[in-house]
Amino acid sequence: MKKRRNFEINFSIVRRVMWYVISIAGSCIMLLPFLWMVSTSFKMENEIFTVPISWLPQQITFQNYTRALEVVPIFTCMLNTVIIAVPKILGEVFVSALVAFGFARFEFKGRNAMFMIMLATMMLPYEVTMIPTFMAWSALGFADSYVPLTLPAFCGSASYIFFLKMYFETVPRDYEEAAWIDGASNLRVFRMVFLPLAKPALITICLWSFMGTWNDLLGQLIYIDSQSKYTVQLALASFSSMTGETLWGPLMAASFMALIPVIVLLLYAQKYFMEGVKMGGIKG
Amino acid sequence: MKKKRQRAGFYFVLPWLIGLCVFTALPMVAAVYISMTDWDIVGNADFVGLKNYITLFSTAEFVRSLWVTVRYAVIAVPLIIATSMTIAVLVSKNYRGAGVFRVIYYMPAIVSGVAVAIVFKWILDPSYGLLNGILSFFHIQGPDWLYDPNWVLPSYLIMAVWGAGGGLLTYLAALKDIPEELYGAAMIDGAGTFQKVWYITVPLMTPIIFYNLVLGIIGAFRKFTDAYVLGGAGKEGNFYMVYLYEEAFAHYRMGYATALAWVLFAIILLLTFVVNWTKKYWVYSE
Repeated sequence: MKKRRNFEINFSIVRRVMWYVISIAGSCIMLLPFLWMVSTSFKMENEIFTVPISWLPQQITFQNYTRALEVVPIFTCMLNTVIIAVPKILGEVFVSALVAFGFARFEFKGRNAMFMIMLATMMLPYEVTMIPTFMAWSALGFADSYVPLTLPAFCGSASYIFFLKMYFETVPRDYEEAAWIDGASNLRVFRMVFLPLAKPALITICLWSFMGTWNDLLGQLIYIDSQSKYTVQLALASFSSMTGETLWGPLMAASFMALIPVIVLLLYAQKYFMEGVKMGGIKG
Repeated sequence: MKKKRQRAGFYFVLPWLIGLCVFTALPMVAAVYISMTDWDIVGNADFVGLKNYITLFSTAEFVRSLWVTVRYAVIAVPLIIATSMTIAVLVSKNYRGAGVFRVIYYMPAIVSGVAVAIVFKWILDPSYGLLNGILSFFHIQGPDWLYDPNWVLPSYLIMAVWGAGGGLLTYLAALKDIPEELYGAAMIDGAGTFQKVWYITVPLMTPIIFYNLVLGIIGAFRKFTDAYVLGGAGKEGNFYMVYLYEEAFAHYRMGYATALAWVLFAIILLLTFVVNWTKKYWVYSE
């Protein structure tokens, strides 16, 4: 009997060790591309092109960074992305919350039909409406501006509305009953009861919205032409055509700089990224 | 009074309703018309009926981009599902440090876009890239990856598997919902780890696998950023969306490109229906 117990304990230790070995090996594979990027970005040019590959730079140089900044003003481009992202996030999150509140707490005519239509639009690919929308914005004189990338956000986003509606529905009715009996306006109930309660959900959505803007290539590619308005994604995507050849060192330096804010955000706000799905079960 | 209050809800959803009309319904109606014209931005738009749709199916470029995309979808989608599920089962354990591993595997969902695609292009460089560098340690002569038409698809699959952890969260949430007693009962019956995974975890996860299957198919058909950055020899990296983008915004064939968009929509819709129809045969429901 005792022997068997020992065996079981050993077995669980073996399992645990195996788990760590596999998890660490997988993590190394995940992190390797980034380490390789960082390593390349600090190498002298002659060290980048060696066989066999060199893992770490023999002599650390910043010349790739200065060269990258000569090719594209990456910090200005980051600022441009932020200029798009801020109004977009504000509109998308605030308006989505308002609409979600309307769907969650009022029984007006056609509500259920509208909600079904909204779910259906989530399936609709952006590609179908992309070209007519582009032509309309061009005709209105808004091509090569940030307006087409930000203004539609003020109509809310179907997936965020869906997510927040689910969240609002978990709020017990008692919370707002008292306020309504006191004669508070709808907006006041929304502001004083629902917005504060939904804070974690709102932060999660803010983060998704920001990541969506930071990583979006197609939308920005379509609407932005002048280099002074380039975003991070556009700067990186056009890097090689600007230098005429692929300069891997500067390119890795530029990529690294572009990823730093995102990596910092992931580490800093991981709780909100990782918890988000539990609340609504969907990802924007 | 109460009735009046209920009606106020309409004003709350009004912004969305306006958006639906202006940014969805109207462009969709316009898209139907544009797809039946030969509009190229500068000239006049002449109505050509279904000509764009007929041309499309006899264009070699269209057939090839669709073939590239379909092949990618057929292999990548199951591969991604299997990988992210394996990762989810792995990191769902509550061992010390599991939280750190979760964040690392989840990273591709947040850290993506052009920068990551560029890094992969450098990793896959035939002469000086990391992957062939590692392979040469084992005395394996690596292929030319993106520069060899036969190796373009595997290159994209490597990237897809690397990014699979990005879909981790839905699986983790589903794993949490599986009652612990089931595993206890299985253990008493003498089931091993793999038996437990195969007979308990997988069947109970089928609803979330279904959800990710649908999203995965849609995502594969809409693949753009990676393909735009990486390309590939012999136009093997010319995914459907890249083709559509180039027709519209490089060649300005707006009518033709809109027809392409409708075909893409039809394909996605059809596949969603087909997958939905198979649901009753393999998706567990209570």
